Amino acid sequence: MSGAPYDGIVLTCPVTVPYVRYSNETAHWWIARGLRGTLDAAGLKPGQIDGLSVSSFTLFPDTPVGLAQHLGLSLRYLDTIPMGGASGVVAARRAARAVQAGDADIVACVAGDANRIDSFRQLLSAFSRFSLDAAYPYGYGGPNATFALIMDAYMAEYGARREDFGRIAVAQRANALRNPHALMKKPLSLDDYLNARMISDPVALFDCVMPCAGVEAFLVMREDEALRRNLPFARIRGSIERHNAYAGDPVQLRGGWAVDIDTLYAQAGCGPQDMDLLQTYDDYPVISMMQIEDLGFCEKGGGAEFVRTHDLTIGGDFPHNTSGGQLSTGQAGAAGGYLGMVEAIRQVTGQAGPTQVADARLAMVSGFGMVNYDRGVCSGVAILEGAA
Amino acid sequence: MSVLDRLTGALAGGDVRVVDLTHRLDPDFPVIVLPPEFAQCARFRMEEVSAYDHRGPAWKWHNLTLNEHTGTHFDAPIHWVSGRDWPGGAVDEIPAEHLIGPVCVIDCSAGTAQDDDFELTPEIIAAWEAEHGPIPAGAWVLMRTDWSQRTGAEYLNMAEDGPHSPGPTPDAIRLLLERDIRGFGTECVGTDAGQGAHYDPPYPAHFLLHGAGKYGLQCLCNLDLLPPTGAVLIAPPLKIRGGTGSPLRVLALVPGGSQ
Amino acid sequence: MTLPYPKKKDPQKRTVVPTLPPAMRSRAALGLSVAAAEGRFALQHCGECGAVQYPPRDACHACLSHDLSWKDTKPYGKLLAETRIHASPDPYFRERLPWRMGSVQLKAGPVVLAHLVGVGRGDRVRVDLRLDRAGQGVMVALPEHRSDDMEDDPVLRAMGTHPKHRRVLISDATHPVTRPLIDALFAAGAAHVFAGVPEMWRRPHGLSALDGLENVSLLPLDVTDPQSLKEAASEIGGKVDILINTARHIRPGGVLGHDTTAARDEMEVNALGLMRLAQAFGPGMAGRTADGVNSAAAFVTILSAHALSPDPAYGAFNASQAAARSVAQTLRAEFAPSGLRMACVYTGPTEDEWHQPLPPPKVAPKALARAVVDGLQQGLEDIFCGDVARDLADRWRSDPGLLEREITGGGA
Repeated sequence: MSGAPYDGIVLTCPVTVPYVRYSNETAHWWIARGLRGTLDAAGLKPGQIDGLSVSSFTLFPDTPVGLAQHLGLSLRYLDTIPMGGASGVVAARRAARAVQAGDADIVACVAGDANRIDSFRQLLSAFSRFSLDAAYPYGYGGPNATFALIMDAYMAEYGARREDFGRIAVAQRANALRNPHALMKKPLSLDDYLNARMISDPVALFDCVMPCAGVEAFLVMREDEALRRNLPFARIRGSIERHNAYAGDPVQLRGGWAVDIDTLYAQAGCGPQDMDLLQTYDDYPVISMMQIEDLGFCEKGGGAEFVRTHDLTIGGDFPHNTSGGQLSTGQAGAAGGYLGMVEAIRQVTGQAGPTQVADARLAMVSGFGMVNYDRGVCSGVAILEGAA
Repeated sequence: MSVLDRLTGALAGGDVRVVDLTHRLDPDFPVIVLPPEFAQCARFRMEEVSAYDHRGPAWKWHNLTLNEHTGTHFDAPIHWVSGRDWPGGAVDEIPAEHLIGPVCVIDCSAGTAQDDDFELTPEIIAAWEAEHGPIPAGAWVLMRTDWSQRTGAEYLNMAEDGPHSPGPTPDAIRLLLERDIRGFGTECVGTDAGQGAHYDPPYPAHFLLHGAGKYGLQCLCNLDLLPPTGAVLIAPPLKIRGGTGSPLRVLALVPGGSQ
Repeated sequence: MTLPYPKKKDPQKRTVVPTLPPAMRSRAALGLSVAAAEGRFALQHCGECGAVQYPPRDACHACLSHDLSWKDTKPYGKLLAETRIHASPDPYFRERLPWRMGSVQLKAGPVVLAHLVGVGRGDRVRVDLRLDRAGQGVMVALPEHRSDDMEDDPVLRAMGTHPKHRRVLISDATHPVTRPLIDALFAAGAAHVFAGVPEMWRRPHGLSALDGLENVSLLPLDVTDPQSLKEAASEIGGKVDILINTARHIRPGGVLGHDTTAARDEMEVNALGLMRLAQAFGPGMAGRTADGVNSAAAFVTILSAHALSPDPAYGAFNASQAAARSVAQTLRAEFAPSGLRMACVYTGPTEDEWHQPLPPPKVAPKALARAVVDGLQQGLEDIFCGDVARDLADRWRSDPGLLEREITGGGA
């Protein structure tokens, strides 16, 4: 059964603080910058928001409670979404419900992480119990190894080839070259992709994201509030989340999106053919390919053929990960789970600047998070519509 | 000048020399080996307590583990069942003046060189007395065999029928007791011969000497540096309450070169 | 593949500092290590619904029951996916790249991630549960049919304690196990055996069995004598890759009727001797656990199974065995950061003069030797040799209190 509509609730003031490969600043510092950015965009003072939703891996020893005091915020809605790549979608849909129900008036959603030298290794080392117990002791390849197994099995099952995944990475790099904030500045050819050094067969260098520091943020408020403040905004046409789907699948060849996708389209009153752009969670191209299938853009196993026959760049027939995605802009911890959401708000509100897809009105944002043991556990999807 | 002044003068001037009759105590010095079902004589063991380190910054010392009868040692009368009731028969009860006395050395080294089971007999003692005069009462009698020059397995000289090493016959001990000696000493691991269990009484030196309140010394060395007569033996065991014996440093005062 | 004998070390190169694979585990996951230490393949089974699960959990993933227990499980499955890791932030694996791992669908149900040895995607595999260098149980997928030189694979070599090309010190050559142990070690490819002789000055019995053996060196070594240990360690300490402590002092007798002289000797040899031996050789071995093909790998001590629960007829001896076991457990913790394995071989009554009046079953020296070397080949940590030891361990695990009462005569 579809959820109630998100009537009267909007997403606005998308902010990306440019990423940095390594930074000595803390998560608190980065989150404060993101929060300040989105408030500035709305013309709000910190005392004027009453809700906060935080996603971050590097706040330790603080939780968002400590962060609220740290940042001097008095709140009546405080949430933390520890869902990695699914955080953006989940934060938005929960904040929307809180505002809709009157539990909060304005919720700032923010995700950001620090990245000091060695902090990625330390993050991995305490990531999850199953990973600790049953994944890291086997070569400590981190997510690269986990997704190598998924990619290996996917290729064997559906006959996808490396160049198919390369097309996704190459198109995203082309998009990233138009995004001044992307960390990756050099063009990427399919040969570059195919000849790159192996990281964990068949995952090669350009299948991997680069960990960095950064923050993404947006605001959730009532539509009348946005109109009163003259802010461009996006509505949520529908959203779903699903965790630990298909637990019996021996290898993750499909994600939780597939469970509820029909519900989503029913709620949104539209179909895949109506989307002007798609933001997938792209920690690895194989996962983006899986999302293209599970979100209904093609049949299962048809992802490789789909990317062979579509142009995934901003100007193409299937604009995908228009900011360059994590593969080309970098993965700023939990902010990676907001990247697609923030970019999609920009796109449907006409604020994407150099990466703007012409006439973008409907965008689909898909999240995928928390690699635990052998697979990602969290998934979520939202369909956004520009207000214009 | 007093006697002691003269003695210290002689020691300083070399007219009296000090001979050390003691083996070094170390973990590999042989001890008596009993059949395995008996409790065994503790080997000498030394564990560092500290050595100018975190366990004691300015000092070094050891804890020792040993038996009363480990290394060069003294046997008190209560060591043997025959001397168990001897008054004053424990090491702590022995009067101090008993611990210094004249010493007679009977050289059996030639015979021992031919025969591992060489026996000290009354005849050998009689021949010695014929040459050097009667053994005086209160004298230590030491049986020189040069056995102390052996080491390790040759020292115990174990065979399938037990150890083989020289020692006194029961009659030899009886004769020494007639002379009222102070004690009897050897270079071997015991005062008795290796095969001493087969005499009547078994282990005659232990049985008869301690039964008569006499002392034993074993694992001695350097007996070849002593004159047959004329030396003084200093053999004070540790003052262990109820002790049946004690490792000790055995010294002999012998006339110097000019005499 | 056949592992070549290592070249001599370049003395101008720094010895590689040991690193460990990730050692941290949840409490539930330690069950894998317990099973691996004994060479068993065990997984969590739900007592209510029978579900078999992995990774280890605190509740059944099928029915939420907390009635979970580790049970021996059939280790067969199929390799679903594989990868060869070329980049790892972990220092241990970085030194050993590329590293192969994959996911295995077990016939028993769960999918397990595993190290791969000699298998590829789609192969039918048998999964071993072995201790890795961190001392934790890990899955290793191997072919269903093994070949002799499979243990030469770098993955197994890195985590194991195989005697091949290694130099072994047997602490007390007078133990009746020595000759068969030497034979078994050489059969497993050991390069050299040093054999310690206590009170070498008295030429103890039992050494004649070693006469004329090649690649065997006798040396004075007495675990009650710190000086002899110091000398032996300074002479051969840098060449001992595996140490097998066979020093044992045993006398029948309980506590009331037994004299403390013999009991002290037992403690001196069996418990304190193990401690002294570890003090003399342990730090040097711990510093050489990453020293190439013949790196230091294991410290083994032989214990009576009655270390777990005493037989009053050997009460004082068993007190020393319990103490020795406790010492070994502490050593296991102390060696852990170096990856040096501390293995305990528990044996039932052995076929020797001190158990002569006892009825069978008794452990023959050859069987004990076999158990030690098998354990080293599989990298085990807790080895139970013989029916008596296995039975005792089973009963001890299930109910130590009941076992005590059974042994002490309460059992009909």
